[in-house]
Order: sequence, then structure tokens, then C-alpha cells
Amino acid sequence: MALEVELVSPERIAYSGEAEMVICRTTTGEIGFQVGHIPFIGVLATHQVRLKAADGTVQVIAVHQGFVEVSPPDAAGNTRVTILSDVAELADTIDVDRARAAKARAEEALRVDADDPEARAALARASTRLEAAEGS
Amino acid sequence: MAGAQERILRRKISSVQNTKKITRAMELIAATRVVKAQQRANEARPYAEHITQVIQDLSAAGAEVDHPLLRPLGVVEKVGVVVLAADRGLAGAYNSSVIKAAEREVQAARSEGHDYALVTVGRKPKAYFSFRHYPIEASFEGFSENPSFEDAVAVAARVRDLFEHGGCDRIDLVYTRFISLGSQEVVVRRFLPLEDTHTIAESGDATATAGFEFEPSASAVLETLLPRYVESRVFAALLDAAASELASRQRAMKSATDNAEELIVKYTRKMNQVRQDAITTEIMEIIGGAEALADDREEPGEIILHHLDTEPFHELGHRHASGPVRT
Repeated sequence: MALEVELVSPERIAYSGEAEMVICRTTTGEIGFQVGHIPFIGVLATHQVRLKAADGTVQVIAVHQGFVEVSPPDAAGNTRVTILSDVAELADTIDVDRARAAKARAEEALRVDADDPEARAALARASTRLEAAEGS
Repeated sequence: MAGAQERILRRKISSVQNTKKITRAMELIAATRVVKAQQRANEARPYAEHITQVIQDLSAAGAEVDHPLLRPLGVVEKVGVVVLAADRGLAGAYNSSVIKAAEREVQAARSEGHDYALVTVGRKPKAYFSFRHYPIEASFEGFSENPSFEDAVAVAARVRDLFEHGGCDRIDLVYTRFISLGSQEVVVRRFLPLEDTHTIAESGDATATAGFEFEPSASAVLETLLPRYVESRVFAALLDAAASELASRQRAMKSATDNAEELIVKYTRKMNQVRQDAITTEIMEIIGGAEALADDREEPGEIILHHLDTEPFHELGHRHASGPVRT
């Protein structure tokens, strides 16, 4: 009985391990998964995903859209959570300075054109990165 | 003169030797990169498999969506051809076989009276088609050996746009499938419209299980998933093409190195022969000259001795002087 977590990006498997609970945000709201969760597929928003380990430590991953899939429990009762995302970064690999610069750039662009969808997305990405890096 | 020929051969040998060094280096570089490319293709597989798996689950849950990418194939009036080849040459027949296959597709579309749109990935196909005045709709270059996912996204976006707004009714993908280090094959695959979700689902190997919960809804998930599926297919094709390119280059450079070695042996033999010929000619000339002089002076032996200070002649001269009987 364990919750296996796999973080799959198009280029490789970015993370794979076990956790007590996985918390993420879909386009409709926050959701948490534990062992034995019902099979589930959701569309993720640009937000951080938190992995709570058995010893209480929390690992934060910045995820920029994608999908989360909870597969039905296998024979041993393990539940597998797969997060499919174009960009998925572990908190300790995030370049904070770069994310800050990107955020400033996006804010600047939004001041010029408040409806620029690209700048809006860039701002969301940068904020998510920063929040993940600061472990909030 | 004979010496000139020898010098020319010597120069040829050293130039072939330099070429050999270059081809050997390229062979080794390609060999290490092809391993890396294969590894990347393997690492990219889980994502593609998972996406197929999710589509499977959605299909089992009966998700139906009226997505433009799933528009059934009706009357074809315009065909899109996407060619994936290399930026650089020196890869044997790799580029030309992909380009030939793509050109055949274009010709076929033309002869059936269809319009066509050409999308090239890589410098080589772009150069080929623009030289022959084929209209090129879009071209990408600079990443054929080492494509990133962003490159795949860019290509996929352009191709989708052609399909959804550019009037293309069908899009074919022409690329080289990597089977193993020793064999790659050029394939023409229908890329868009996508097969319906059931067909995609059947292509996966895991069995689908119903009873999933979807958020926000099954069709909404499917709608966001399909573009990702297209991107991951382009990415897989790009990675396959990259691995094939490097494998072809490795093979081409290996045979070039082997040929250079053969040439060096051949030229060295020829050079030695020419040099020997030159020496023989020189000796003959000296002997000839000496004999001509001897006719005048009637003392041939001494003149030869004088001019050719070599062992056999010494011995000859020695025996001459001391006479045939020795005690």
C-alpha cells in the first residue's frame, strides 16, 4: 500500500518516488490524492504541485499545465499518480534570479498591453516558479 | 620527369590522410551522439505512452468531442507534406532518400490534381525544394541533430494551423524511422486528421479500465489532450529522424575512412613503384653514359668504379685487381 508518484515531461521522467499525499490544482480547484483514491484524470493549472512525504517533509514542484492521472490500484494495492506536463521543475532546480527577471519582464509587458495573453501566461509561470522555489 | 610524378603522389597521399583524419573524427562524434539520441528517444517514450493511455481511458469512458483535429477525412483537395531531414550532409543517402520520398508524395498529389503545401524541417530539404522552385509553406532548421520539445511544439503548431486554417485536408509526415543502428527506413505516415480516439486507444498495449473521474469533464480533458498528443507525435518523429541521421552519418563516415585507407595503400604502392622506376632509369642512364665513354677510352671498368661507389662494383674491382686465384 503506497502512493507512487511519477512526474513525466516530454523529454524524460523528471521525478519518480513515493509520497503520503499529492496536492495539485486542476482548472476547477485544488485536489489532494492519497492511497486508494478513485481513478481520476484532471487538467492541471499553472501552479505548484506539493508532494507530502511520510516523514512530513514537503517537496514542491512547479508545473506549467498538463494532466494528472490517478490509475486504479494494482494487485498490491499501490496507487499510481502520474503527472504529465510540458514543464515540470523541482523546487531546488529552479533558477530564482531568472524567474524574477521573467516576472519583471512579464509585468512590464502587461503594463503596456494588459490583455497580452502571452505575457499573462509568462507571469503565471514565473510566479509559480518563484512560489515553488520559496517553498510556500 | 619521373620525380614530379612521385611528388604528386606524395601530395595525394598526405591529402587523403588528412581527409581520413576528418572522416574518422566525424565517425566517432556521430557514434557517441547516436547513443545519446537513442537514449533521448527512449526517455521520451513514457510521456507518449502515458498520453496514449489517457486517451484510452477517455475512450473507454465514452468521451466524445467535436475537435477539428478529429475531422474525418473527406474529399481531399489539398495535401500537406512535412519532410523531416538533416541540416547537414555527409550522411550517406539519408537526406536524399527522405527528399525523394517527399517529392514522390508531392508529384502524386499534383498528378491527382490536388494542391499541396510543403513544410521542411532541416536545411537540406529546404535547399533541395527551393532550388527546384517548389513553393515551401514553412521551414524549420537548426535542430535536426538534437531536437528539443520546444522545437516539436513549434513544428506541431505550424502544421496544425495548416490543417485547421490553411485548407489542407490531409497532412503526411515523411521521415526516417529508426529501427536499429544498422537499419532505418523512410516512412510516409498520415499525420492529420488523427485517427478517432478508439483507433488511438487500440494502438496502446495496456488495457483500459473504466470508472475514471474527470475534471472538468471527459470531453474537456480530451480537448486539451489532443494538441499534446500531436506534439508528442511530432517530437517522437523528430527524435527518430535525429537518431537515423546520426546512424547514417556514422556509417557513411566509416566507409569514407575505409576508402581513404584503401586509397593510401594504393597510392603508396604506386609511389614506391614510380620511385623504383626512377632509380632504375637513373642507373641505366649512368651505365649507358659510362659505356658510351668506355667506347672512347677502352677502360670501362675503371670509369664505372669511379662513378658508382657501391659494394658489388667494389668487389668486382677488387677481384679484378687481385686476379681470380687467391690463396
